[in-house]
Amino acid sequence: MPLIMGMSMLLACQFAGELVARGLTLPIPGPVIGMVILLVALMIRGKVPSSLRLTGEGLLRYLTLLFVPAGVGLMVHFELIAADLWPIVVTLVASTAVTLGVTAWVLERLQHGDSRRNGQPEGKA
Amino acid sequence: MNVATLDQLWVYLSGNPLLSLLATLLVFTLAVRVNRAVGGTPLLHPVTLSIIMLIALLLLVDMDYRTYFEGAQFIHFLLGPATVALAIPLYDHRERVRRLLWPLLLACGAGIVTAVASTLGLAMLLGARTETLLSLAPRSVTSPIAMGIAEQIGGIPSLAAGLVLLTGSIGCALGPWIFRLLRIKDPVVQGFTLGLAAHGFGTAHAFARLGAVAGAFSGLAMGLTGLLTAFLLPLITRLFGFS
Repeated sequence: MPLIMGMSMLLACQFAGELVARGLTLPIPGPVIGMVILLVALMIRGKVPSSLRLTGEGLLRYLTLLFVPAGVGLMVHFELIAADLWPIVVTLVASTAVTLGVTAWVLERLQHGDSRRNGQPEGKA
Repeated sequence: MNVATLDQLWVYLSGNPLLSLLATLLVFTLAVRVNRAVGGTPLLHPVTLSIIMLIALLLLVDMDYRTYFEGAQFIHFLLGPATVALAIPLYDHRERVRRLLWPLLLACGAGIVTAVASTLGLAMLLGARTETLLSLAPRSVTSPIAMGIAEQIGGIPSLAAGLVLLTGSIGCALGPWIFRLLRIKDPVVQGFTLGLAAHGFGTAHAFARLGAVAGAFSGLAMGLTGLLTAFLLPLITRLFGFS
């Protein structure tokens, strides 16, 4: 039964999230709100039920697989992408590289400063 | 005994969700094996590889995406509960998140502004059409949010979703190089960065390759980026003179 219990909890949170998103016409997808709801619930409860952990961590282990069906949907956009192929390719690669670099650099810097101020060694294990 | 002809069988099978479901799982297994065989390079990420192989397969047997999706939707559906499940690693690492709250928020803001500004700037410079431009703008955000944003600012939602996926696989491929270049080893920074720049793809990659801590921060970054971008992007596009 633990798998069923865990899955029910996840789906219930997603359902509540969808209700909130639709009800308040938020531009945020239901599952993301569901994640917030589950997080709040876990904080109130103070621990993760073992059934939820079993199901949740099982799903997260195969998260990459879950993107495949949507990814195959790229085939529908071949024409639109081909019309602007080079601008799209160059922009995606260059901009993603810059974004990765800037984010990592800023966070690394701020985190260093933080741990130095608190007189702790860095947060690395 | 009557034996059905091959094309009769095909008519039955291709209209049945079983085939595309099985094909997706088998191709993914194969992609993981291939990726492992070439030393786990992120350039041939199992997801990217599976997508390429499946598209090739569908074109080969002349099956359209809608028919394929009828079977594959069972896998796709699990994305919802999996997104909710991201709360679990976040809860496990809540102390660390609380300690790093401000650095994380600031890094997130910096990342979003960089992503949107460099995307719009470059695409404008290279002469992309306006609809393409506005569909590119939300590319760092997880696809359901990106589709909503694209619609709001005047892009094409389905194209935006496709560009989001491309960004995800590019981000996973570039990430390790950038981290090596900047000498970043902390799984918190790596995970957060991947989640911000490559949304769910990055998060999945972080879980699979960098462990639970990186995965938790990656999921956090994905959620935060989605939320903040939904508010910031309409403002930034206005700054660039659209709408």
